[in-house]
Amino acid sequence: MNTPSSASNLIEIRNLSVTFPSEAGIVRAVRDVSLDIRAGEVLGIVGESGSGKTVMSLSMIGLLAESASITGSISYNGVNLLELNDNEMSKYRGKDIAMVFQDPLSALNPVHTIGRQMAEALHVHGDYSSEAALRRAIELLEIVGIPRPAERAQSYPHEFSGGMRQRVMIALAIANQPKVILADEPTTALDVTVQAQILDVLKTARDMTGAAVVLVTHDLGVVAGLADRVAIMYGGKVVEIGNVNDVYSSPAMPYTIGLLRSIPRIDDAGSSRLASIDGAPPSPVALPPGCAFAPRCPAAAPECDASVPELVSITPSRMTACVRQTDIAGLQSSGKLFAEIPRHVALQSVTEGVALEVRGLRKTFPLLKGSVLRRRVGSVFAVDGVDLTLREGRSLALVGESGCGKTTTLLEILNMVAPEAGTITVLGRNVAELSRKQRLEMRKDLQIVFQDPFASLDPRLPIGDAIAEPLDNFGMPKVEQNQRVMELLELVGLQRDHASRYPSEFSGGQRQRIAIARSLALNPKVIALDEPVSALDVSVRAGVLNLLAELQEKLKLSYLFVSHDLAVVQHVADDIAVMYLGGIVESGPVDEVFAKPQHPYTQALLSAVPIPDPKVERVRKRIILQGDLPSPANPPAGCRFHTRCQVRATLPAEVAATCVSDRPELVLRNASLVACHAPLN
Amino acid sequence: MTVVQTEVGEQTSERLTRSALIRLRFFRNRLAVAGVVILAMMFLLAFVGPFFSKHRWDELDFLALLQPPSQEHWFGTSQIGGDVFALTIRGLQKSLIIGLLVAVFSTGLAAIAGGFAGYLGGKVDRSVMWLIDALLVLPSFLIIAVMSPLYRGRTWLVFVVLLAAFGWMVTARIVRSATMSLRERDFVRAAQYMGVPVRKIVFRHLLPNVASILIIDATLNVGATILSETGLSYLGFGVQPPDVSLGSLIAEGTASALTYPWLFMFAGSALILTVLAVSFIGDGLRDAFDPGSNKSKKKSKAS
Repeated sequence: MNTPSSASNLIEIRNLSVTFPSEAGIVRAVRDVSLDIRAGEVLGIVGESGSGKTVMSLSMIGLLAESASITGSISYNGVNLLELNDNEMSKYRGKDIAMVFQDPLSALNPVHTIGRQMAEALHVHGDYSSEAALRRAIELLEIVGIPRPAERAQSYPHEFSGGMRQRVMIALAIANQPKVILADEPTTALDVTVQAQILDVLKTARDMTGAAVVLVTHDLGVVAGLADRVAIMYGGKVVEIGNVNDVYSSPAMPYTIGLLRSIPRIDDAGSSRLASIDGAPPSPVALPPGCAFAPRCPAAAPECDASVPELVSITPSRMTACVRQTDIAGLQSSGKLFAEIPRHVALQSVTEGVALEVRGLRKTFPLLKGSVLRRRVGSVFAVDGVDLTLREGRSLALVGESGCGKTTTLLEILNMVAPEAGTITVLGRNVAELSRKQRLEMRKDLQIVFQDPFASLDPRLPIGDAIAEPLDNFGMPKVEQNQRVMELLELVGLQRDHASRYPSEFSGGQRQRIAIARSLALNPKVIALDEPVSALDVSVRAGVLNLLAELQEKLKLSYLFVSHDLAVVQHVADDIAVMYLGGIVESGPVDEVFAKPQHPYTQALLSAVPIPDPKVERVRKRIILQGDLPSPANPPAGCRFHTRCQVRATLPAEVAATCVSDRPELVLRNASLVACHAPLN
Repeated sequence: MTVVQTEVGEQTSERLTRSALIRLRFFRNRLAVAGVVILAMMFLLAFVGPFFSKHRWDELDFLALLQPPSQEHWFGTSQIGGDVFALTIRGLQKSLIIGLLVAVFSTGLAAIAGGFAGYLGGKVDRSVMWLIDALLVLPSFLIIAVMSPLYRGRTWLVFVVLLAAFGWMVTARIVRSATMSLRERDFVRAAQYMGVPVRKIVFRHLLPNVASILIIDATLNVGATILSETGLSYLGFGVQPPDVSLGSLIAEGTASALTYPWLFMFAGSALILTVLAVSFIGDGLRDAFDPGSNKSKKKSKAS
């Protein structure tokens, strides 16, 4: 992008390339990127892992590893930042260019109080007395919405929750009125309701300082709500850049088109399947010779491999890097590019059979104190009063934020032993009454797919052996095992000759397919899916989700789907159960619950999910919940949600009082079950 | 290292199991194969050698004391006229078997004790740990010495068992802690939910993932055992004079290594060759077990 530099450009990146040496070869993290950051704008940089987005943002602030070799220029106010040494760079760092990191826990020093760390940031770049610095620190903490800032300034980072720490990071970033704030995945480590809070704070911070914000993320929804311009990165290059509305409404590069069509949207269940982009993002060590996306591109032509395409302007504010630029629109309208295929529709409950039923499940973990004589001083109520019903051939999604007990619930079900309290019934049989042998037989019918396919496959077991393990375990002869393994590999879209390879030779998406194949080996009736796509790259998620839908239809499976991602749930589930702090607050058919949430928490949760469409996202009214999830060791009395409830304040005093005194029961109301004293809609 | 992929045809419906893959990868490793060949030749020398030797190991030639290697005495003679060639292969017979057996037994014991203790935890873990601590504080040489009258005259294989019984504890602790961290991994949990029995989880999932520790341990144990066995001989246990082992030959020959090098050199070389061969085999096994040992290939194939 070699437009003459204009006064409005704050930072001009020209021909930036960053490479790292590695054992496997040279890692080409960023390749010849030119980019402008304009004063006061919010620039979203979107890419998957390994696309070079983080490396690019770190190079702007001079924080790349020593081993990195950087070419090109990054000029700020006419100074080439790349030519500065570390000392000179320190004058800009934190003063003109500030950074908000992804993980707020490791970005704060655990042995100093928050106030002291903030004061330090102020001292370095400004002339403050100790008192003035502390005063200013408290002021900043107030801006970012930390309650009782004067008191909290005396606290240490471990006394803050993740969301609060990220607020502190933002306060640190704006402390010296920077011109540019680099935010590297600022909300990825946070829950969706906290993410909404932080994005709000980031907006406030931008308005207060007038700084340009560079928002680096993989989440197209976050960018849609906040950014003015968006740059899409792939394989170390910017492949498309432009005004956020234009890019989202008429993407021009096949990767962007595929990406936007591959993410489920919470506001639209859609009648067509998610577009799935074949393959996986390229390794920065072995990039294809031409366009990095060509091997996965449905519009790839021989000329794509000839040379690396450069960014070219298509309208004054839009640029895209695609050789077949002129043909793309035509291909898209003729349906040759990520054609729309009708969505799999789950069986509308052909039988009324119940695959899995949970009533009043409770699981507590003891809180122990003392090192020699350990005594129980309390309990963590991880799960307390969970009711679930999964009907045959349908999928039930269990959703909630981290710490709400959804994974504990899942593991309790899979353990198949009598729970602390309540009953678990799998395919009509109470698990508490099973003998050892029956329990083993039962395991054939209930299988699990874990979240992280990098951890769920034994790194030293060839995948054929891994898939054959359950078969072997139930005594299938070797020859039949072989045949079944081959069948399963084909079923999940892998090749027969993959069987003799180790898990390390596969990408995340392929590994998740292997894990699915293994769970299918014994022809189970119910599969528990623990966040099956959240560890995967955005562009490969759709493929796995489509596979799951296809398998459900083909094999008449019932899914218990645990997730925190409501957009994914909207796309795959038939029924939903929303969990908050160990209990179910609302459950019912997905369409019903999403269209008319009755519990205030469900409503807030739904409104916090960003929609990857700037036009919709910007006009949406968002309910921002106050505070964080209370500790499950000391849950609030009465309705557990009452401390954060946005509705309670509007209620008449006597109803509001019952919220604190009585715990609401799940009652049937408008086709779904809701546990609230004052349900909505 | 070469890679498995080439072995697998495009349209095959056969698959290679882990053991087949490990065999394949092991025999692709030239050094490992060389190790196997060297070790095989050492055994051949030790057990077939006596048939070609001109002298028996316990026969003394009083006309040739401390003679350098010659036509008559290939490796020279000792202070009292013993034929060093015959003595060396006699020592080799004992030491090869003692070294390898003790290494395999003690590492195997360490793997089983550490693996089960780490995986099962609770009571099993506590009792195994107690046993390990008890054995670690007891002076093992002393105990073996005290017990030696009981075993005098019996087969020296008892000695192998005793040496192994006092050599597994530290490794077992290491294996236990490695297992405890593996236990929490999802693939172990996945196996549990498939109803895989404890024994299979330990042998199929946990121990292969700590294979490198075990292999290194076993490799080191071979050389260490051959040498430490001599110490026990002094205490009147194990291989007793006039019978010899590599360890005792080396211990005796060291004093005159510079003046009469043949007393020491041949036994020393035999030990070095043995340890070298074993470590080649160990490296080969480790690479065969570890799918990540050929990093460059791994990267290029990940698609």
